Amino acid sequence: MIDFEIPEKIAGIRTVVETVAVNMMRPVSRYFDENEHEVPWDYVNFMHTATKAMGGGASMAPGEGKKEGPRFGFQRLAVMVEVLSWGDAGIYLCTPGGMLGSAAVSATGTPEQKERFLKRFRGDTPVFDAMCMTEPQCGSDTSAIRASAVLDKEKNEWVLNGEKIFVTAGHKAMLDSEGFIVVWATIDPSAGRAGMRPFVVEAKTPGCQVSKMEHKLGIRASDTVSIVLQDCRVPFDNILGSAEVVTDKATTGFKGAMATFDATRPIVAAQAIGLARATLELLKEMLAAQGVTIRYGLPRQKMTSIEKEVIDMEVQLRSAWWLVMKAVWMMDNGKPNSLESSMSKVRAGDVVNRITQKAVEIMGPVGYSREHLLEKWFRDAKISDIYEGTGQINRLVVARQILGYRSSELR
Amino acid sequence: MYSFEPSDEQKMLIDAVSRYASSDLRKAAHDAEENKELPPKLISKGWELGVLQASIPEAYGGFGERSAVTGVLAAEEMAYGDLAGALAVGLPGLFALPILLTGSEEQKKEYLPAIIAGDWTPYTAALIEASFDFDPNDLKTTAKAEGSDYILEGEKILVPFANQAKAMIVYAKLKKETRAFIVPGGSPGVKVGEAREKYLGLNAIPFFKVTLEGVKVPKTSLLPGGFSPVLDSSRVAVAAMAVGVARAAFDYSRDYAKDRDVFGMKVAQKQAIAFMLAEMVTEIEAIRLLVWEGAWAIDNQKEDAGQKAYLALSGAIDLAMMVTDRAVQILGGHGYIREHPVELWMRNGRGFTAFTGLAMV
Repeated sequence: MIDFEIPEKIAGIRTVVETVAVNMMRPVSRYFDENEHEVPWDYVNFMHTATKAMGGGASMAPGEGKKEGPRFGFQRLAVMVEVLSWGDAGIYLCTPGGMLGSAAVSATGTPEQKERFLKRFRGDTPVFDAMCMTEPQCGSDTSAIRASAVLDKEKNEWVLNGEKIFVTAGHKAMLDSEGFIVVWATIDPSAGRAGMRPFVVEAKTPGCQVSKMEHKLGIRASDTVSIVLQDCRVPFDNILGSAEVVTDKATTGFKGAMATFDATRPIVAAQAIGLARATLELLKEMLAAQGVTIRYGLPRQKMTSIEKEVIDMEVQLRSAWWLVMKAVWMMDNGKPNSLESSMSKVRAGDVVNRITQKAVEIMGPVGYSREHLLEKWFRDAKISDIYEGTGQINRLVVARQILGYRSSELR
Repeated sequence: MYSFEPSDEQKMLIDAVSRYASSDLRKAAHDAEENKELPPKLISKGWELGVLQASIPEAYGGFGERSAVTGVLAAEEMAYGDLAGALAVGLPGLFALPILLTGSEEQKKEYLPAIIAGDWTPYTAALIEASFDFDPNDLKTTAKAEGSDYILEGEKILVPFANQAKAMIVYAKLKKETRAFIVPGGSPGVKVGEAREKYLGLNAIPFFKVTLEGVKVPKTSLLPGGFSPVLDSSRVAVAAMAVGVARAAFDYSRDYAKDRDVFGMKVAQKQAIAFMLAEMVTEIEAIRLLVWEGAWAIDNQKEDAGQKAYLALSGAIDLAMMVTDRAVQILGGHGYIREHPVELWMRNGRGFTAFTGLAMV
């Protein structure tokens, strides 16, 4: 039965998160944009305490939960992320407890691994995690990954070597808390994607160093770092997945990454939607303050150009949001969603950029001014079309699926 | 609780409509457009699927309950087959649904059973006027009270099957508001244009200009309810059909691109084409959800249902043009040839800005 009513439980959480966004994020948005790399500890500590008090452990990520009855984990996460990103996209990325690294653990780890790695989020202090995929010589082309993992059979340890870049929250995961990173490395460089495996590297592991902090166009409150692995040793059990993944030479490795993307892409899309909604709302407020209100229901031929733009933005925003919700709803209901997941990412990445760019344009010099947040959101938006698969990579994923092509058939 | 899956009952209906639309309607579409006529048997067969009948309660001769969600699901499937066929099959709804939604008990009892019980019969509606800035909420056709009657004055265009209609709903401005009036066929002062109107698309449907010169109707012919439920219903219906046309164009151009060789590979293996297709399908999925949301808001009597329906149509208008244009582009020269259906879909696709009032759910 088709239903667009937000589930009651999620609506309640949404209201709570909204007050956080209004009171703890918006007032400090500009400050953390202008003081790059400063950690918004007030927000971090509050979120840690609050999510812990809400009972789900200090993690926003969907847990294992009960087996029977409808599941809402990913829907709830998408709604929360949308609202937090409405508050501030950069500060949201500083939310402790369960981001992309733990998403990888959730998607590919064994029950034991989930317990071992995720329980830290339920401790007394905020903990972070991160995902390490990109390398200096390769981004979207993940089959070209060179970071390697060699098994030292004597000590039953993996020895990791390589360099990872563009690691979101890597500094907080490895230096500011007792967190972990998930490193994608190859156990067989000749096997391409099939050789790839995810490894958990915990904070303070010798041989793992944060080597650089990037300066970015937007989302400046969030740290983006490089990580160097030099003979970094981790226990055998830190390879995510069951024992077979180690020996199986089929394409299980990259499938793990893909399963993670199916879960994370709609969440990144939700982030884009939150920012787009913030922009549209502020734009309408600023226009109203100058005496311009948007009239609905008119034929296009009777609209002003601004009305046409704003209504178009609203169409784009709402329709993209429902793509996101459908993707997470499928996730919660155990339906394969890699097509929907990538579609939501394509659409949301487009929409947030179009809306933030248009908003600056419509407000003219006021939009360009750092007195207001529109110019910041314009900068924050661009990342949504880049990370977690660029718009082009996600178009490829969508195209291959609708055409029934393997990657060798549509390059 | 969010759910993006039709009920089992709705799935059965969609299946039935889909079989009819993709075999019967689609196969007849080309000739119907070229010969400017839909075979009556084809329309009857579609009518017998009972989409409208299922949205009219038993008390008025139907066997169900009106659901805008079910309506848009069916409308999309119908239009996937052929837009002209979809509009023709749904024609009696243009008369019956405004009565169901906003009519008096007497009006419902008088008209609905007769329409619903029998074969497909042309009942129609006259909303659209010949003006670039035509606005359903600001009509030029007027209604004035005069004793126990209303006098209707004005000119309507794009009135489907006006020459054969048993009766029509005429929309006119009464005290600054758009209101609906029941006007029996052949009422004095109602002049149906002699020649059929000619349009960019939809040539299979006989459209006429209808002139109203001092048309006198009794006060009981005014539908007591307001216009907005009717407008909302039409907006989501037209939007759903736009999604259907877009989906047809997408499927066709995707299949063509997978079949056509170029530079030693298939056209679809070129990213320039594959990316166009990826964007088309993404936009179709997104706008379809917006249409569903609009229909859901109507069914659940949400305060902002009107705004949602409006946004859905706004998105669907752009969707239909974008997707049909790209479908023609993907077929290249072949897309421009009338042997392939994509040029017809492109012509139909351009029309959705003007089609409000031609479909209801």
